[in-house]
Amino acid sequence: MIAKTRKQEFWSGVWDEAPILLGVAPFGLLFGALAISVQLSNLAAQAMSSIIFAGSAQFIAAQLIGSGTSGLVVLLVVFVVNLRHALYSASVAPHVRNLSPGWKLLLAYLLTDEAYAVTITHYTREGDSPDRHWYFLGAGLTLWSAWQASTAIGIFIGAQIPANWPLGFVLPLTFIALVVPALRDRAGMAAACVAGLVGLLAANFPYKTGLLLAALIGIVTGLVIEGRQK
Amino acid sequence: MNIWIIMLIAGLLTFTTRLSFIFLLDRIKVPDWFRRGLRFVPVAVLSAIIVPELTSPNGTLLISWHNPQLLAGLVAILVAWRTKNVLLTIAAGMAALIVFQVVLGL
Repeated sequence: MIAKTRKQEFWSGVWDEAPILLGVAPFGLLFGALAISVQLSNLAAQAMSSIIFAGSAQFIAAQLIGSGTSGLVVLLVVFVVNLRHALYSASVAPHVRNLSPGWKLLLAYLLTDEAYAVTITHYTREGDSPDRHWYFLGAGLTLWSAWQASTAIGIFIGAQIPANWPLGFVLPLTFIALVVPALRDRAGMAAACVAGLVGLLAANFPYKTGLLLAALIGIVTGLVIEGRQK
Repeated sequence: MNIWIIMLIAGLLTFTTRLSFIFLLDRIKVPDWFRRGLRFVPVAVLSAIIVPELTSPNGTLLISWHNPQLLAGLVAILVAWRTKNVLLTIAAGMAALIVFQVVLGL
């Protein structure tokens, strides 16, 4: 297998991220419209999408700010909601360790759920191109651009989306397409099943703590099963 | 607190969380199980995102034939398993969702 050039890596990142945008764009529209409805200025609403750049945290932060919650509470909630990104950070860290500090800062800024999902799948596949960070950049920038653009449209036009709009379902579908082929051994299967089950049971925990708990228990399960097989 | 200050600190917190291990992993000594655990991160996190989206699409748990998201998700899992094709999985899942919504009259 011939290693891809930087340009090829970048554009495959863009290409692989593209389907997810169908699911992300409606959320960007909704966020823009929500931010305006809680009396954030146009500039503040747009700035939130580029400064925080984390969908779920932005929705919750905008609602809390709108209801007059104290700043410290908003910050604590944003921190907790985004804690799962520390897991993503650890997961991509071995793959980006040889990059320059500038690259690491840029890729960390772009490390969202959606960019992580396609990028880690690319990193863990066969083949070992030294330029795979260009794929990460392509995927990350694609999502970033779509998030900024859809926020802007939501701000200025509003979110004209019917209540039972089905496109958000593209997100779990994409994740299914990435996870299922990655389940190659019993330890990985066990990690996925337990994480899914705990995620189901803890779905109503506040501020995505159920997701974090489910992921951690799933990872420990994988380790235990792997340890017993040796 | 001024809203701009809240946003700046919130952005910094998010960025620092995302940078955490990218920055730290070479600088601190982590136990062996930590490194071995990393390979389970994607399957565990993504499964923990997927399953509630299928079983509680509207915020309440609904494991039944009347949950089109759950049925469409099962179709997608089957297609992903057989084809390993992302676009095909998304297309089949969306088509199944629409069909089940129509059939179930939702």
